[in-house]
Amino acid sequence: MTTLDFIQIIMYFALLIGLTPVLGNYMSRVFSGQKHFMSPVFGWLEKLIYKFSGINPDEETNWKTYTFSLLAFNAIGLLFVFLLQVSQSYLPLNPAQLPNVSWHSAINTAISFATNTNWQGYSGETTMSYLVQMMGLTVQNFVSAATGIAVLLALIKGLSRRSSATIGNFWTDLTRSTIYVLLPMAILFSIVLVGQGVIQNFHSYQTVHTLQGTEQVLPMGPAASQIAIKQIGTNGGGYFNANSAHPFENPTPFSNFLEMLTILLIPAALTYTYGKMVGSVRQGWTIFSVMLILLLTGLAISLYGEYSGNPVFGQLHLMEGKETRFGITNSVLWSTTTTAASNGSVISMHDSLSPLAGMVAMINIMLGEVIFGGVGAGLYGMIIFVILTVFIAGLMVGRSPEYLGKKVEAFEVQMSIIAVLAPSLVILLFTAWAAVSPYGLSSLNNQGPHGFSEILYAYSSAAGNNGSAFAGLNANTVFYNLTLGIGMLIGRFGIIIPVLAIAGNMARKNITPSSSGTFRTDNGLFSGLLIAVILIVGGLTFFPALSLGPIVEHLLLNHGITF
Amino acid sequence: MSNKQDTSLFRKDLFVQALKDSFIKLNPALLIKNPVIFIVGIGSVLTTITVISGIFSGTFSSFNFQIAVWLWFTVLFANFSEAIAEGRGKAQAESLKKNRTQTLARKMVGNKEEKVAAPELKKGDVVVCEAGDIIPSDGEVIDGIASVDESAITGESAPVIRESGGDRSAVTGGTKVISDCILIRITSEPGDTFIDRMIALVEGAQRQKTPNEIALSILLSGLSIIFLLAVVTLPAFFGYSLSASGLPQSQNLTIPVLIALLVCLIPTTIGGLLSAIGISGMDRLLQRNVIATSGRAIEAAGDVDVLLLDKTGTITLGNRMATDFFPADEVRETDLAHAAQLSSLSDETPEGRSIVILAKEKFGWRGHDIHQKSVVFIPFTAQSKMSGVDITDGKGIVHQIRKGSSEAIRSFVLNGNGFFPKKMEEKVSELARMGATPLVVAEDNKVLGVIQLKDIVKGGIKQRFAQLRTMGIRTVMITGDNVLTAAAIAAEAGVDDFMAEATPEDKLMRIREEQANGHLVGMIGDGTNDAPALAQADIGIAMNSGTQAAREAGNMVDLDSNPTKLIEVVEVGKQLLMTRGALTTFSIANDVAKYFAIIPAIAVFLYAKGNDVGPLSALNVMHLGSPESAILSAVIFNAIIIVMLIPLALKGVSYVPMSANKALIKNLFIYGLGGVIAPFAGIKLIDLIINLFA
Repeated sequence: MTTLDFIQIIMYFALLIGLTPVLGNYMSRVFSGQKHFMSPVFGWLEKLIYKFSGINPDEETNWKTYTFSLLAFNAIGLLFVFLLQVSQSYLPLNPAQLPNVSWHSAINTAISFATNTNWQGYSGETTMSYLVQMMGLTVQNFVSAATGIAVLLALIKGLSRRSSATIGNFWTDLTRSTIYVLLPMAILFSIVLVGQGVIQNFHSYQTVHTLQGTEQVLPMGPAASQIAIKQIGTNGGGYFNANSAHPFENPTPFSNFLEMLTILLIPAALTYTYGKMVGSVRQGWTIFSVMLILLLTGLAISLYGEYSGNPVFGQLHLMEGKETRFGITNSVLWSTTTTAASNGSVISMHDSLSPLAGMVAMINIMLGEVIFGGVGAGLYGMIIFVILTVFIAGLMVGRSPEYLGKKVEAFEVQMSIIAVLAPSLVILLFTAWAAVSPYGLSSLNNQGPHGFSEILYAYSSAAGNNGSAFAGLNANTVFYNLTLGIGMLIGRFGIIIPVLAIAGNMARKNITPSSSGTFRTDNGLFSGLLIAVILIVGGLTFFPALSLGPIVEHLLLNHGITF
Repeated sequence: MSNKQDTSLFRKDLFVQALKDSFIKLNPALLIKNPVIFIVGIGSVLTTITVISGIFSGTFSSFNFQIAVWLWFTVLFANFSEAIAEGRGKAQAESLKKNRTQTLARKMVGNKEEKVAAPELKKGDVVVCEAGDIIPSDGEVIDGIASVDESAITGESAPVIRESGGDRSAVTGGTKVISDCILIRITSEPGDTFIDRMIALVEGAQRQKTPNEIALSILLSGLSIIFLLAVVTLPAFFGYSLSASGLPQSQNLTIPVLIALLVCLIPTTIGGLLSAIGISGMDRLLQRNVIATSGRAIEAAGDVDVLLLDKTGTITLGNRMATDFFPADEVRETDLAHAAQLSSLSDETPEGRSIVILAKEKFGWRGHDIHQKSVVFIPFTAQSKMSGVDITDGKGIVHQIRKGSSEAIRSFVLNGNGFFPKKMEEKVSELARMGATPLVVAEDNKVLGVIQLKDIVKGGIKQRFAQLRTMGIRTVMITGDNVLTAAAIAAEAGVDDFMAEATPEDKLMRIREEQANGHLVGMIGDGTNDAPALAQADIGIAMNSGTQAAREAGNMVDLDSNPTKLIEVVEVGKQLLMTRGALTTFSIANDVAKYFAIIPAIAVFLYAKGNDVGPLSALNVMHLGSPESAILSAVIFNAIIIVMLIPLALKGVSYVPMSANKALIKNLFIYGLGGVIAPFAGIKLIDLIINLFA
């Protein structure tokens, strides 16, 4: 690594830490209904939406109604995206005259975008019309991210309210996070990206003559608008198959830096918003620090894995599959941050990472996408771990466990366990199925532990709603489209429903004022404890599987064997 | 105390009974109450079936046999921990029960007396008890007054007064009337007395899980399911790896190995010890002579963060004591003290006695010379509000020495044409302001001076409150005194807050207010008028000497009737919760080492070249002897650690009052870090021993 690499990394994290309170503070004003500088700009739109859809923004609902609204909204969105895909050949804005998408791929993609996973079993430029990309996928990029924020907001209300039956209004939370947070940021970012050379047009695909004298078809389309939100909303579904490795998606080192920064921006800032809204900024920073430590540890291991070279090829840094324009450090920084943040975008093939870096990417996902994680989703997932930590260790101070003054009781423990169990179930059971069935194995391009990693990664990515692929696995088959689709649904709603149930139950409880007898959740000791619980409860489950995948591959690599 | 039993782990009869019970508890209907251990039970059965079928098919494996044996031991050890805790609790409670004789009760039917067996008495029956009778069941005195020997349940030999009406009307079955005759209305159904309930609480069958225990069981079951998933999917991953290594599927993981891995990963340590911890919490309360009516109450005691404490008996010694003499001008202190002592000799109240004692201590006198004088004692009356003596001296002149409230003495001296000195007037109001009680002494028409009577704050109570403060518990002193007096004592005792001139309604209001603000309130009380407050409080401890109403309202009864007990109860509750947390943390932390023992062992041949060991052997950081010994060591460690931790589960983790943060650091260091390191050392040691004999 060169000094330049270090400078880039330091700059990246300094900016991330610096922007966290700025954006976090703004969001807390937005979500608590205070006046802010965007209200004059988009206030009319908010009011119009409420008026048009007959919503009373001040009407509060209990958790069951909140959950029902959320599920209904997502179900309708999912169905809409599915129907758009299977009928795109009859619809406008399809200059490349792409045929209708196959039913199983359409189901997979609809689920994928509605669950903020953005797993792509298809390749964008040869499958989706402009209409599907804009009205289906881009819209879902916004609202799936907003859904994540809404769930977090419900949880915040549950934790900070005293003896309340309600946890807010889903439609209000959804509307505010979309039009005051996601929309302005996406507009601003798209304009910057267009300035850097990302395309945004409705032209039909261009055929050009290359210098070698051959013909090449250049795909066109409204890319910038989708790329902005795919980064900001931790979606990651690329406009083109090559995702952010495509020069039309990510043309310059500056655009690359910005795209990396925007991956973590909202998830990081939400920790500050959280602290602000539960009444203690320290609580937010504590969670931020845990996320940052886990991220930096993963990054360090990945960089070690890449820069320590490959014994088979001597001490070369392997560039195969990496983003050759931006180098290894950027490739690794991208792979670590995207897997941590449940953002499925890629600039390098994770399949081509060293086994250690590949394992870090996988662990980031398996831990439940809580290292910053998806927009909203990362933080509410992290709070599930906080609740478990409080419950396991909190007893050791001699009081029944409480978090933010709320008692953690049987119901919360039960729901937290379901939330941890849901993605584990998907990852382990489906991987086991695929690893022994012919329809699972026939899609593999690699053998040995590497092939195993490909399957394990795919289901982890689905369950964690990450969406990136290890590559090397042909996932556009009925088996993979359906099992991954089910995995994405369980991984998304198997957590959202328990989280909302916790929010509802917590809201009803009174708040015990803190004293010196209270188990503190806002100091370094708690950070350490939380990390330990995440690694042991979240990680140990996968230790046997990881041993048979990346760990054994790493050990074999040291013996000079590759797959 | 008489109830302190020898309940050490090694008392032979308890030990033998617990061993028997360990096997009885193998009954699946009982075992399923503990899901984690139930899983181990199923594993033991499956492994045993594998071993037996191996015998018949001629493929007997001694490794499988050993795994099976140790799995059974794991279940038995867990059962044993519960059985020994129950045994100790029962022994403790039986010693209370033993005192309840089966003698005949004298039941009143109309005006006639009828002899019935004590267990046949129903709620509402009225019985009569005379000197020498054993009180047949819990009840309330409805007529008469008697002294009762309660040593059978409290261990306190001094008899106590029980009388109808008032706050000392409750009697407990098994105690003995030693004077007079009382009518008692029975207040509990047969088999439902306090002691019966307590026995039921320590007995596993009737024992209900407390809310925190339920939550913890859910966590443990949830973790077990997660690890079950990790284990059942392993053969598929393994099968893939076998084909990738070019090995036959017949080398896939066997059922005993999978079960061994599962049992090592699921939280068997805390799962096995959980009920023992709960029962022993109950037991520790009983050792302190407190009977809890529910397990929930003990848990709540740990959570209490506001304590309402009665001033009298808890904070102060209970009676006002003379502490100083303030003589008037031109009066020597010795003269004042002498007069004060004389006037108090006939005063049998604790205050009066304390004046005699103060004079004795200050000047070394003994009140022995009074018989040589002609002395007439004037007792205290409600009208005069004074007491004293009339002494006829050698000249035949009668000197009237009086002691009383400032008003009473003022009119006494004014009647004798004397005057009340301004300086003394000031002293009286100064003392009152400081919260003390001033008594004025006069001889004939001359005021001699003022005696200061003060509440004496118990020694060490200030430190105790300081400790409570570091534990995050706020103390509120409750007193009927006026605000000035209350404030002075509150300051001296170091309580955080006080309620002066408190009525029972005030107490109730205060508790509701604290609870509305999210606090959990503990209080201790005795009177009928305390009953609403006791019922409202999260922890209400009724004194055994109190009324039946108070005892029914509270969720604990203190047999010693010692108000300070509240603090001890809180500590028992905290210790119980800490023990649970510590062992849960320990149990989960153990998993790290077990993975490092088992994973390299089962994967030793994967991707191996020639006769070399496979690359995953690099994870064998403990350098365990062989794959078999590695797995066996982990299973053995897992079983033995349960037995080794039984004493800890029964005694509770060492408890010192300290802040939550300090307690956490300490316990994390011991049980968290210790939980990660201990199994590495333990498994390595067991592996060395196994390989020694192999």
